[in-house]
Parts: sequence; C-alpha cells; structure tokens
Amino acid sequence: MADYDLKDLVAWDARIREAVAKLGLNCYDQEFELCDHYQMLGYMAYSGMPSHYPHWSYGKQYEKLKTLYDYGVSGLPYEMVINAKPSIAYLMRDNSLLLQVLTMAHVYGHNDFFKNNFTFRSTRAELTVELFKAHAMRVRKYVEDPSLGIDAVERVLDAAHALAFQRRRNLAIRKLSREEQVKLTMEAAQPKPDSYRKIHRPSEFQAPDVNKVPLEPEQDLLLFIRDYNPYLTEWEKDLLTIVDEGARSFLPMIETKIMNEGWASYWHKRILDSLGLDQGLYLEFLVRHNQVVRPIPGQINPYHLGLKIWEDIHRRYTNPAPEEIERDGRPDRTGDEKLFQVREVERDTSFVRRYLTAELARELDLFKFEPRGSDLVVSEVSDEDGFEEVKETLLRNIGTNSIPVIKAEDADFGQNRTLYLRHYHDGRDLHLEYAEKTLAYVYALWGRECALETVVRGRRILLIYNERGFSTRTIK
Amino acid sequence: MVDSIFRDYRGSNAERSDRSAGDRTRHRQKVRESIRTNIADIIAEESIIGKDKDKIIKVPLRGVKEYRFVYGDNAPGVGQGDGNTEPGQVVGKAGTEGPGGDRAGDRPGVDYYETDVTLEELIDIMFEDLELPDLDRKALREIESRRTSKPKGHRKVGIRARLDKRRTAKQRVMRKLATRPETDGSEEQETDEAERRFPFHTDDLRYRHVEPKMRRESNAVVMCIMDTSGSMDTMKKYLARSFFFLLYQFITTRYRNVEIVFIAHHTEAKEVSEEEFFHKGESGGTFISSGYVKALEIIHERYHPSIWNVYAFHCSDGDNFDSDNPAALRSARELAEVCNLFGYGEIKPLGSRYYESSMLSVFRRLNMPNFHTVLIERKEDIWPSFKTFLAKERASEGAA
Repeated sequence: MADYDLKDLVAWDARIREAVAKLGLNCYDQEFELCDHYQMLGYMAYSGMPSHYPHWSYGKQYEKLKTLYDYGVSGLPYEMVINAKPSIAYLMRDNSLLLQVLTMAHVYGHNDFFKNNFTFRSTRAELTVELFKAHAMRVRKYVEDPSLGIDAVERVLDAAHALAFQRRRNLAIRKLSREEQVKLTMEAAQPKPDSYRKIHRPSEFQAPDVNKVPLEPEQDLLLFIRDYNPYLTEWEKDLLTIVDEGARSFLPMIETKIMNEGWASYWHKRILDSLGLDQGLYLEFLVRHNQVVRPIPGQINPYHLGLKIWEDIHRRYTNPAPEEIERDGRPDRTGDEKLFQVREVERDTSFVRRYLTAELARELDLFKFEPRGSDLVVSEVSDEDGFEEVKETLLRNIGTNSIPVIKAEDADFGQNRTLYLRHYHDGRDLHLEYAEKTLAYVYALWGRECALETVVRGRRILLIYNERGFSTRTIK
Repeated sequence: MVDSIFRDYRGSNAERSDRSAGDRTRHRQKVRESIRTNIADIIAEESIIGKDKDKIIKVPLRGVKEYRFVYGDNAPGVGQGDGNTEPGQVVGKAGTEGPGGDRAGDRPGVDYYETDVTLEELIDIMFEDLELPDLDRKALREIESRRTSKPKGHRKVGIRARLDKRRTAKQRVMRKLATRPETDGSEEQETDEAERRFPFHTDDLRYRHVEPKMRRESNAVVMCIMDTSGSMDTMKKYLARSFFFLLYQFITTRYRNVEIVFIAHHTEAKEVSEEEFFHKGESGGTFISSGYVKALEIIHERYHPSIWNVYAFHCSDGDNFDSDNPAALRSARELAEVCNLFGYGEIKPLGSRYYESSMLSVFRRLNMPNFHTVLIERKEDIWPSFKTFLAKERASEGAA
C-alpha cells in the first residue's frame, strides 16, 4: 500500500458515511475488500461474484481482460460493486488514497441505487451471493458426476448461455401463470355485453383453443424450453434454471447502466465536495473525476450521459430558466426530492425518454449514424428536426433494447413438435451467421426442429434448424 | 447503518486469486481444438520457416465464439460528437465496432479475436496424431521414444501431487495406536482420549514413487532430398522448405533420436548441413537421379536397412532433364526398395504445371506400395500433403 493504511480508509469511510446520511442517501450495509489487479481481473471475469459456477467462457473473459490490461489497451476499474445485501465492493489496493476515497463515495452511490431503484426490487439482494454459491455447487456436482462429465454439462451451458438474455425485460411486470392466462383467454372470448340483446341475435360463443402452447407468445425462452421439452432430464432442467436465474439477477444492471453510473458519479462529486478536501487532494479529485466522466468521441459514455442528465434534472428543479418555467410550469418539488423520486421509478429507457431534453442533447452533440457502403455516416444531429430521431435511435441501443426480441409462438408447429420462434423485427436485421449458430443451440436444447421467423432486407424468411442442419425458406 | 466492514488484502489466498485457472485451462483446450481444425490455414498464412521456437504466432479463433441472437450491420447507432457534427460526416468504418473503436459489447465483431500461441505449441498441436509410419523392429534398437513412467512403491518425500492420501491416513492411524498409553480399560480414560486431537505429522506423509520408463524403438533415419536447381524459383523453394521445415520440426519434437540427413542436388548432389539446407540457394540444371544416388550411397555407407528404418522425402519442381528420367526412375525404385517410406512432393506453383514438365507421370510407372507422390501447388497444400505422408492411418491402410 502506498500513502495510507487500512485505518485511514476506515476513518475516511466514517466521514463519507456521515456525508451520505446528511445528503439523504439510503444504503445497504457496505463491505469493502482490498484486492490486487489479478484478483480484480478474476472478479471482473465472474461479474464480481465471490463464487460462481465454472464455464470456459469465464476463462476466455479473464484472458481477454488480462491481455487488454497487459498491453495497456484498457485499465482496470477503480472498483467493482455487486448488488448484494450487504453490498460488496472491491477496491484496488494500488490506488492512491484520493482514488480510494473517491471510489468509496462512488460505491455508496451504487449501493443507494441498488437499494432503491425499482428494477432491483425483484432481485433478492440478501440472497445474491448465496444464490451464486448454490449454483456453483450444483454445476460442480454435475461436472464431477461420472455419468455426466464436463462435456455433457458444457453442451447444455453453452446453449443456455446463448439464450440467457432472450427473456422478459421488465421484471416489475408480473408474469401471468398458465391458469391466469387461460382465464383471461376465456374471458376475452366471451361475447361482449349487449344492451340490445332482446332484439339482436345472440353472438355465438367461440371456444378458444386453451390447449395451445404457449397461449401467449413467450419471451422467456430458457424457461419455456425447460417446461415444455418433456425429454430434458432433471439435471438439464436444473442447468437451464441456473443460467436463467443468473441472467435474471444481472438484468437490472443492464437495464439501468446509464442511470446507475450517472447516479454514482453525481453523488461521489457531491460527497467529495462536502468533505472539505485540502487543495492537493481536491485537485487530484477533479482530474480523476473528469477522466471517468469525460465524453468519448463517437460513442456514448454512460457515466457522462448519466451524470449530465442527473445534473440537468437537479438544475431544472432548483434553478430553472425562465423559458423552462413557461414551458413546464414551476417545479413542484426541490431538486433533491426530484432526484430521489426519479432514481426510484425509472430505468434507462424511461429515464432517457423523459429527461433527455433537446437542449441537453444539443449540448452533448448527440448524433445518429448509419452504415452507408463501407462507412458509418452521420445521418441526423440533435437539431430541431433531428432530435427526436436521434433520441429514438439512442433508446433502441440502450439497456436490453440492443438485444433482439424473440418470442416462442408455437411449441407444436404443424403438429410436429417444431418450436416456432418469431423475431419481432424493428428495422434492424439479425446477424445471420450468429442467428444460424444460435438456432443450432436452440435445437440442441429443444431436441426437435426449430424455426425462426425474421425479416432480412425487407423479406420475411424462416430460418430452420433440424436434424439435417440449417436451411432457410422465404415466407410468402 | 452499521459500520462498514473492511477486509484487508490477502495476497496468499491462492484459491481466490487464481479462481479462473480451471476455466482458463478449459478455454485453452477449446482454443487448441480450434487451432487443430484450422491448421492448414495457419500454416498457409504464416511463414514459419527457421523461426525461433518461442516466436509468437497470432491465430484467429473461430471455434470459441459465444453465439447469441444479435443485430447485424444495418443497425444505426448514436454517438457523441465534439460539438460541430454535421450530417453526412463519416465517423467510422462499417463492419468494425462503430466509430472510434469499441461500441456496445453486443456486436459480433467484438467476439472475433486472436490468441497468441508459440510456434512450439503450434507444432505440438499439429503433430499430435502423426507418426513415422511402418516403423519396423530392427536389430540394435536405439531411438528413445515416448517416455512414460510407472508406479514403483512409496516414499516419505515427494511432490504434493503424488501424495497418497490413503496411505498417509493409514500411517496416522498406526502412529496413533502405537502412541496410545496403556489403559486399564476404564471408560473415563477412553473418552478423554477420543477428545484429544491427533493431527497428521510430517512422518505420516507417504508419496507415490514413480520411475521413468523408456521405450526403445527402432533406429530411424530420415533423408531430406531437395532440388536446388535454377528452375526452383523463390516461390518453389519457399514451398519446399516449408515442407521440410515441418518435417524437421515433426521429427525433432516427436522422436528423440532420429537421424536426419540433408541432401541438396542440382546436376550433382551433396550432403549439406541443416543450416545450408534451409538457407542456401544453388543454381544449375537438374538431374534428379543424382539426389537419389547420393541418398543410396549414404544409406549403404551408414544406415544399413537391416538395422535402420529409412524414410526418404524428396521435393522438386519435376523439371528434370529428359535424358535423366530413366536413371531417375531406376534409382527411385532402388531407393523405394530400401526405404520404409519414400515420398515425392512435386512443387508446382499455380499454373506452372501447364508449361513445365513433370516427374509425376514418370513416377507413375514406379508401382511400389511404399512410394507416394503429392502435388503441392499452393501454400495451403503443404499441410494436407504432409499429412498424407505421415498420417497414422496409413499403417492400417497399407495392411488392408
């Protein structure tokens, strides 16, 4: 360690927590662990989890991170926090005292967000660490089982990983059970109440087919396959459950990347401003802070974008410009109250949709680009006409919106137990090589023919994978 | 909120700091698998001749991608500019990861990456299932091949991996019984003893002992014969040398004691050193027979076929003087008779086989089961032709 020891960190932590409480943040208990860069790489490869089931893809991730780090292409993050109760954060022990202080303040920002944002409600933070530990034990048990072995387990895990994020995105919306779906379908099929039934011929009751699987298009592909492929063994089903639960607990992170990073950056700034740092530390703080939240030309830096939006919200509710008052009316609450409300009820999509204003987008110089020939060309900038389109494009690229929506429509297509999937095309075509290989994974789990309906260059086609391999067909 | 917990750095916690070791090994295995299936391309793309064994070769990995459903090339994106971005401005290349480099991690391009392997590792992977075919038992075996080891008893010292837990536990039990104080059988004393901890002692440890075992195989000599005449232009020499380089690497990595003889010939042949063989150019006409005669001479002098397994490989562009053809055929037959395997690789870079003469038609008349010819037209052919000569299956093929 450099210019401080553990006691210093504890002392600074007490001061930071005092500031945290005064500023009104509401956090889980916090644990910090000091680690070196190898350990940090290890945590990064396993999404920060203290224990995690083994799979070669994490080894690959580690090698990749290490190569990038060794060649100086990318540095390591100053910290890593996981959504658990108590929250666990890893600090790099080689960092300077100022960086540790900054990082701890940043960590409390994340911690507050984990505890209060609605997307994290459905994750049970007190069980996160235990959940992953249990997963690890179960997967190891299967790998070590002589009748299964690593190849059999990997075959399922490889396929399951490919589909892990083909799932419902908003966990706050409750998924209806099969019984509820049947009930709703029956209700919907009932004839509408008719106040002229005395003179009208009663409309005939058409019994809906409630045996269809799925009743409504189903987006949780892993769970769907688990529940409706009768030939899967118990351990295969368990592996699908494990991968699904893992992906489910990371979903809120993906859904709130901009908000979460922006929030932590916003608060570490305010916390450190309130600590009364001496001049040397404060200057170092400003340098580091600006490194983290600087815009990256041509890309979107979630730290920067998030921070800017949060600052803008606070400004508009504390010190609005006259034309903003004219447009939006006087603010109905203080800036801080508004911030706390927004951090609770929004996720990235709604956050950007509601709070990224045309003025802010212009200030940030956001632009939309499109491939044209072999070049990426700017097609819209955030001026009066272009802003809405830039925003729409941005919305489509944040959170899980960058993952194609694919739903299972029929588990028994053509009475042939063919799994019929449909890609809900929104103008963006699938990457076909990837679609082909991923469909092979679906086939590996489903065990029978799988078909995926999609649109390629404006034409509807069906990608099919069965025992003879891959084929395509145009849909009339 | 209670006080935060700080856990200080624990450097020696090996399990935690190297938790990814198993997954990395598994990943490396996948990489090897991927390299094995793409080896022909790698050989073709890389000039590996004469390179240091530690040279690092970049190998594109195709087999270890993690496929997902992702969007393709026509998806638009959003970026942040410097304040003066204008419509129509070019901000990057399509098909890469977006402007300025890295975009979201969901792009297929990100998953395509290269890995570094050393040349030695590569050669190791390549030669995994190749061997010198039809190796006969000969008198006075000399080659040491395949070091193995067999278990032989137990020792009190050894490396951790060879710790015999069962025996160690037994030793502890024995020691425990031996140190038990004499009892009068009263209950009290026995429970006391059961409660006393009795830990393992260094003296209990037992390690399996293994002795290295050497299997001796027959003597073998490999004759590398290369045409170095003027008609062998740079490209042809490159192909021939690549072939011999692979052969040389193969023999030196897989066999500990195989002799290698290098013969370079144009109108006359001479035995040369490894260095000269791989790096020196010659010129002049071609008498293929001269190379064979020289090889035969060396064999009769130093490597009698009753004691030695002889393998001969010849690379030439086949542009032989017509007058030499009968002599070449005759000496090739003679050579094939004393050799376990005689391979002839004809180097004809694309197109040149249409206007240059070829020995392939001449050698067609040489109908010997242990004589094989291949045509090498491109870099991509080197590896397949190499495999034709040395594939393990050949032995069974020949027997059938």
